[in-house]
Amino acid sequence: MFSPEPAISVSNLVKQYPGGTAVAGITFAIERGSIIGLLGGNGAGKTTTIAMIMGLVAPTSGAVRILGHDMPRERYQILHRMNFESPYVEMPHRLTVRQNLNVFARLYGVVDRDARIAALAEELDLTELLDRPTGKLSAGQKTRVSLAKALINAPEVLLLDEPTASLDPDTADWVRTHLEHYTAERHATMLLASHNMNEVERLCDRVIMLKRGVIVDDDTPARLLARYGRSNLEEVFLDVARGRGEAAREAVR
Amino acid sequence: MTTARIRAAHERSAHIGHDPSAFSFERVGAMVARYWYLLRSSWPRVFDLIYWPTVQMFMWGFLQTYIGQFGGLPARAGQTFIGAVMLWDILFRGQLGFSISFLEEMYSRNLANLMISPLKPPEFISALMIMSIIRLSIGMVPVSLLAIVFFGFNLWGLGLALAAFFLNLILTSWALGIFIAGLLLRHGLGAENMAWTLMFIFLPLTCVYYPVSVLPPWLAVISWMLPPTYVFEGMRALLTAHVFRADLMAQAFAINITLIVLAIFAFLAFLRAARRHGSLLQGSE
Repeated sequence: MFSPEPAISVSNLVKQYPGGTAVAGITFAIERGSIIGLLGGNGAGKTTTIAMIMGLVAPTSGAVRILGHDMPRERYQILHRMNFESPYVEMPHRLTVRQNLNVFARLYGVVDRDARIAALAEELDLTELLDRPTGKLSAGQKTRVSLAKALINAPEVLLLDEPTASLDPDTADWVRTHLEHYTAERHATMLLASHNMNEVERLCDRVIMLKRGVIVDDDTPARLLARYGRSNLEEVFLDVARGRGEAAREAVR
Repeated sequence: MTTARIRAAHERSAHIGHDPSAFSFERVGAMVARYWYLLRSSWPRVFDLIYWPTVQMFMWGFLQTYIGQFGGLPARAGQTFIGAVMLWDILFRGQLGFSISFLEEMYSRNLANLMISPLKPPEFISALMIMSIIRLSIGMVPVSLLAIVFFGFNLWGLGLALAAFFLNLILTSWALGIFIAGLLLRHGLGAENMAWTLMFIFLPLTCVYYPVSVLPPWLAVISWMLPPTYVFEGMRALLTAHVFRADLMAQAFAINITLIVLAIFAFLAFLRAARRHGSLLQGSE
């Protein structure tokens, strides 16, 4: 049951749509307890990769394994052990925060739902908002509610798609701090797609850089900075996005 | 990382230890609660459930009263109007209750959250069926009582026949609802109009207000492929000749089971296609 398999293992993953190839044969593995960033420009294949890992999109070819189970074939053996948060996926607006969290707690089979919701509300500063309709909340408050939903089942694998998009710096920093604490405390695995380089640099043990559906680099933030001879990940990102990656690496060599 | 740490992380997680791949009534209950919270949060939603069935019942009720004054064949034909419109509402509102609950997920952009949760298609469909009955009951029970008060028509007085009519009509409405939910999964809100209008093809074909004998023979063949036709013919036999046609109900039930099975296959095929085409990510488009 507790196999030493990686938390997430992706091999030769391909996704082709009639209009083109979104993901063109990527392979990577994520060790349990690590935080990995997926970096890439728009259309690089980040969201499609995360969607295939969640079983929301079927790969054209290749394999995904999560916690030792094949996705999507064994999806119902693992879905209750993982969760997802994205500002682009919302929760019913007319339901109160408590009602929404209660529904998801029941869907994930959470034991002692009231205590779990109260604890999450305390952690995420939602206690005062529990009985307000979710649609009446500010963007930052909605993000915290989405995060509470993503943590409701204490997931071992947490997938995040631009979790701090459209948040002010203070709220974004607060969310990052909470995610850091969660993964450290629970020894959870986190895969994070983001455009925010500071976020990736701060949170991630390792960064996978995607461009047009392929992995162009994969290493720790420190090694990437050294390899490209840059002082921050934003510069590395621009090198890769503008096709200067090879030249930058060559210059360092 | 040690095995002990992995085990500790797993044990700290908050989920139940039962077989996660089994059908869960708890998840069905969660989805019913979700739709119930929504319904009770909005009085216009509740009002809408009652408003149109009431208008329809009064319109056809007064027409039945008017035609009844002439006596003879028209009066006999007209004496089934209130019963027909109420049974039609079971069919139409049953499907609408199913489809609207599903549409609520698309309107609120919540579908991806559900699709990555442990909720399984049979559990989702079961919750939508329960909601269809709840929404139907909210609309039809007051209307059926008003029909007794204003027109002396007691739907409940049909007894066992009503149970047979209801079962067959609700099964047809669910079959169509399941098919439409599949279409919505695959094509998003672009297929929304189907949820509101697809059932109307049944209105002329299933002979709600007139007997199958008025249809041209080729159309009658199509009509007899649809379970509600048997119900409306059965209702006319009961109200005009006071005969309960159990044979018609049994035939309708057999066709309904076939339709439900086909609809589930279609739903699963649409779901697979939606996963292939990435439609679940763009549910609202």
